[in-house]
Amino acid sequence: MLLVVDSVSLHRNDKTLLDQVSFSLEKGRILTLIGPNGAGKTTLVKIILGLMKPDAGSVKRAPGIRIGYMPQRLVIDPTLPLTVGGFLKLTDRDPASCKTALDWAGVKALWLSPLYSLSGGETQRVMLARALLCKPDLLVLDEPVQGVDVAGQEQLYRLIARIRRDLGCGILMVSHDLHLVMAATDEVICLNQHVCCHGSPEQVSSDPEFTELFGNRTALYTHHHDHGHDLHGEIVSESGMAAANANRPSTGGRDSEKGTTADQVAARDNVGQG
Amino acid sequence: MPDFLVLAIAAALGVALVAGPLGAFVVWRRMAYFGDTLAHSALLGVAAALWLQISPGFSVAAVCLILALVLIFLQHQSSLAIDTLLGILSHSSLALGLVAIYLIPGARTNLETLLFGDLLTVTAGEVAAIWFTGISVLLMVTLLWRQLLSITVHEDLARADGIAVNRVRNLLMLSLALVIAIAMKVVGVLLITALLVIPAATARRYARSPEAMAVFASLLGCLAVIVGIAASWFWDTPAGPSIVLAASLVFVFSLATKD
Repeated sequence: MLLVVDSVSLHRNDKTLLDQVSFSLEKGRILTLIGPNGAGKTTLVKIILGLMKPDAGSVKRAPGIRIGYMPQRLVIDPTLPLTVGGFLKLTDRDPASCKTALDWAGVKALWLSPLYSLSGGETQRVMLARALLCKPDLLVLDEPVQGVDVAGQEQLYRLIARIRRDLGCGILMVSHDLHLVMAATDEVICLNQHVCCHGSPEQVSSDPEFTELFGNRTALYTHHHDHGHDLHGEIVSESGMAAANANRPSTGGRDSEKGTTADQVAARDNVGQG
Repeated sequence: MPDFLVLAIAAALGVALVAGPLGAFVVWRRMAYFGDTLAHSALLGVAAALWLQISPGFSVAAVCLILALVLIFLQHQSSLAIDTLLGILSHSSLALGLVAIYLIPGARTNLETLLFGDLLTVTAGEVAAIWFTGISVLLMVTLLWRQLLSITVHEDLARADGIAVNRVRNLLMLSLALVIAIAMKVVGVLLITALLVIPAATARRYARSPEAMAVFASLLGCLAVIVGIAASWFWDTPAGPSIVLAASLVFVFSLATKD
């Protein structure tokens, strides 16, 4: 067992951010934390990394494990003339291992590129390469496909699957996207301050709590097509689930989902996985 | 060359050298307004020194450092946006400093030299203090370079890499406070941030790495010092503002020549 999270709770300003969250992660497994924005996913990640302390409960990491961390966002001020190579060398002084890691992530050609000039997908891959530098036993990826287009997301998930296979590390992934991640994970935890449900992607996607949390967005999506209003504005104002919807990937390839439920979408993608 | 001019050049070069790398961090971390706020509070430090009859160098650095720590604390506590918070503290401390100086008999005659610097009356002892402080800060920044750069890129990543983020950040604040204390004599409280920001912004246009940007900023600062003091000598302009103006002209020149 790489990681055991035991009834972790956290409160801030009378608000419960995390409520008795428990789970564990084995070597060689991919576990995905899924849930709307504000569900406490990033907070939980910070507690697991030891960057924050929980009010109650504990996080036990296997002794001596190396953790590679990929944060949610990297915002570089354009006034900082740091190259990709320079960025990686902040973590590992040896240029050879930095280049190997970049090669792993499929972005070796970016060695001399300025960090602030990268596209969303390139930035994510460079951060992934950085997380690989310590030869991790556990990879913690916070929203690894954020700011990446749909085609790039699938490639990135494939890369993550390959890293798991080749390095044999455990991977803890955070996502608020549903169906792509379902195909890329062994286990899913649906988090909304507390653990709503937990299991294989098939189990979770048929769980009533999961449907309650994510189900209504497909209905709204259909409604949108009937009327043709502004997509984000409509969803934000009507459902009160702004957080879950505001950051969805761009609409490309989404039309096929019209009229299906989240369950069906997830199920379809799982078929694709086999 | 008269002695006072040699001393003035030595003092200003000492400040410009250390202002380069620190100015780069001010630009990268978007701390220009923050630096302004600290510089304004320096006046309060001078008032405290006059009142307590101690050396202004220490009290200015101390007041700046205290204000920096208060700001970091408030940033985490307050619901106000950071620029609003800075606006309040910056001008409150400037106003408080002005009032305090006026309340101390005999001090108000020095007000202009406090606000705009008094480079040409710098003493050998002050030059020594400037170089001692400047070299100490440069040494600290060099030793902590990787950590400073890491926390500038991403604080959580740095923390996950095992860097003591808060300690490194506080040391950066301390360095900034010390530089403000030694720069006061050269350009005065109102123009200190210019000496930090302008050479660094100019250096950005030519630098391909953070290290190069820091070194270029130092060199450009030194260039501004030489040009500014020369202008002050030949046209009898005030030395501190002339140095800042020279730095601005170099920046405009860099805009015109590149891209």
